[in-house]
Amino acid sequence: MDHAAHETTIVGRGNEAGARLFREWFQGLTAAAEEGRGAAYVFVMGSLCELLRVFDFPVVFPEINSLQAAVRRVAHEYLNEAENYGYSPDICGYVKADVATQLRGGTHPMGKIPKPALAVCTNACNTYIKWGEIWERMYGMPMFTLDIPGSRGAGLASPRGGDDFERDRRYVQAQLEELIPLCERVSGKTFDVDKLRQHMGWANELNAGWQRTLELNRSRPAVFNALSDGTIYLGVANGFRGAPEGAAFFRDLVEEMAHKAERGIGTTIDEQWRLIFVGVPCYPIFRRFSELFSDWGGVFVNSTYLWFASGGANLGFRYDLARPLESLAEGVLLGVRDAMDSMFFQTQALVGMIDDFAADGVVYHPIKSCRTVSTGLADSRRALMAVRDVPSLFVESDMMDRRVVSEAQMKNRVDAFFEGLAARHHQATSP
Amino acid sequence: MTAAAPAAGLVFPEWRDQPLEEILYRCRELVEDAAFPTVRRWRDGGGKVLGHFQVYFPEEIAHAAGLLPFKVRGAPVEPTQAESRFGSYLCSIIKTSLELALSGRVELDAFVTHPICDAARNLAGVWGRNFPYPCRILYLPQNPNSAFAARYLRDEYARLHRVCEEVAGRPITDDGLRRSIAVFNENRALLRRLNALRRERPWLVPVDEAYVLVALAGLLPREEHNALLQTVLPLLEHRHAPRHDKIRVILEGGFCEQPPLDLLRAIARSCYVVDDDLLIGLRWLTADVPVEGDPVLALAESYIDRSAHSPVQHDLRKPKDRMLFERLAGADAQAVILMAAKMCEPGLEELVVHTRALDQRGVRYFVSEFEENMSSFDQLEIQLETFVENLLFD
Repeated sequence: MDHAAHETTIVGRGNEAGARLFREWFQGLTAAAEEGRGAAYVFVMGSLCELLRVFDFPVVFPEINSLQAAVRRVAHEYLNEAENYGYSPDICGYVKADVATQLRGGTHPMGKIPKPALAVCTNACNTYIKWGEIWERMYGMPMFTLDIPGSRGAGLASPRGGDDFERDRRYVQAQLEELIPLCERVSGKTFDVDKLRQHMGWANELNAGWQRTLELNRSRPAVFNALSDGTIYLGVANGFRGAPEGAAFFRDLVEEMAHKAERGIGTTIDEQWRLIFVGVPCYPIFRRFSELFSDWGGVFVNSTYLWFASGGANLGFRYDLARPLESLAEGVLLGVRDAMDSMFFQTQALVGMIDDFAADGVVYHPIKSCRTVSTGLADSRRALMAVRDVPSLFVESDMMDRRVVSEAQMKNRVDAFFEGLAARHHQATSP
Repeated sequence: MTAAAPAAGLVFPEWRDQPLEEILYRCRELVEDAAFPTVRRWRDGGGKVLGHFQVYFPEEIAHAAGLLPFKVRGAPVEPTQAESRFGSYLCSIIKTSLELALSGRVELDAFVTHPICDAARNLAGVWGRNFPYPCRILYLPQNPNSAFAARYLRDEYARLHRVCEEVAGRPITDDGLRRSIAVFNENRALLRRLNALRRERPWLVPVDEAYVLVALAGLLPREEHNALLQTVLPLLEHRHAPRHDKIRVILEGGFCEQPPLDLLRAIARSCYVVDDDLLIGLRWLTADVPVEGDPVLALAESYIDRSAHSPVQHDLRKPKDRMLFERLAGADAQAVILMAAKMCEPGLEELVVHTRALDQRGVRYFVSEFEENMSSFDQLEIQLETFVENLLFD
């Protein structure tokens, strides 16, 4: 293959492959729904796909289904339906879109969602547990709460291998050992540790690829936009965790990003400003939201979203396949704990991100729907400003509900932010 | 006495040697006092204070270290400083709790929150960025059905044990912890007696008075609270109060943010509230904690196996709708008042469960949202009266 042909083939490959994988995933879910196969319902922070795939469960991520409804601009229909059922406008939009999906018998803009045969809910978000209770009542299926203790305070993550860490890890492992017979009972399949090793191996490749992909965005210009492209990769990191397609995708993605980094190939944006995103994207106007920044040459080089919403895959944790259950417990504990730290104690991580990625500014986007992510962001911003002289923008909207998204108001704020960045840059560079 | 009261002595002496109505008045005043004078007096006497956010906290451990466990449950104050630390879409209690500390109304030496909801779990981070003292999350088990949960919680309590020792500057011994457990066992028994009284003869103790008597547990050294209840309970039991033709209801939705006392008074004018989940964390353990053996393990096992229920704990043994009907039947109530604090996700989600379950069983209910800062109850009272009349004349 000549150089030009290779260039054409490799650049943009990740976005195309990610979109294709997503379509195939939902086609698979639709087929499962039509065959009446029950799915494992899981969440992005601690999905345990590695384990659940051993039992051949189709895996459903209700959070992803819900955000897809928003991206496809039909979220309001689902929200209205759930609110008519009794759910308050003040609770998580993801939950309500899923309730409506269930009430519609699984009908979703991307296909048909199979009913749950089992739900595995971690405590990374409390709403996960309340959400699982809804399915419990709707379907009478088992819900398993995987309780993963997080850091007890800022900077207090117990060191790996220490006594406190081991105590938490043993608790997680004990729960995994309790989950396995439940999976056997629900699926009718016997647990096969070698199959688990295989899925963990693929998760290892995915973790390593995800970590490397994020690192490669230190390049200038950035090789991908963490807000738009990053969300595609994130979807694959979750939906194909522990699957060979996920491992292959990230092998290829790392190759693509390394290729771009080596050659100084950036995104489609003429990069003027390198930004960090803190919060959850505004999915009801996702493309426009991204354009508010890219129109000014703003590229998101990293985000806490790509950390916590990947369940801590950014750590690149490598399972020890010689002791699979112990190592699975360790990896899940470390990953989910890191995800929680990215939401609750992110100040130091942001300082590191600003330095490592040479960021010009930080954009905070708290949302009405998600108090897990949003509650402490205003205070976190104050703390960051106290330790680092970096411009920041704080703009609120929602990830699902267009009723609380004011595009014009948001644009005014974003424009003012970039004008401030430009004035600051001018001041700093003027003789 | 394990938790030695500060040298200055009692932090709430005002009720002593007073008649019942005066005692209740003083108690109400104290509960509504957003300056938290008992906490101040404790500190003035040289004591240290551990603030713990809703819902449940193993106060015995802090008590055994000589700390005053203070229940952080917000207050009807304007969150002028706290507002800038939070986003817009948040329940009031999160903001006003921080406000109490930022404004200096309450001074703490340590703060502990729990992952009871998505907002509350953020408090350790926010608090920790604003105050130099230890601010922690206590990870109570969210999978109490795991066979390993009690052992895990024992270890978690041991970790808290260390924090309390560091703050207090003194060790907690097993015997000291057992003595604290005994003090709290006595308190639990007194609170059970109070609850039995309102269930059996609700005209003697309306919901607002029962609430005040429970709430004081979060403001006083438990020995003082025990002494208060030992005096008040016989007075209530022999109180001369007329029995009215009011309906018996249970109230659900007070597990975290607290309704204003005036709202409870308004309800009491129409109904006998014969059970509720107001400040359920102070009544979480439903039986005595064993004082033999490992006291930390005993506390952990009690949390898991001998405890109440709330919307913020998932336990396969306690399905929410079944627990609602058990409370209803246990209190021999005719109807339910369902409340949810504004912007409280667990509470609002629970409303859907409860209303659907009650509809299915044909049990009548009254639904209302509330906020700790609300000050007008006229409309709610009229609606409630209409609800009650419908029930009485149906």
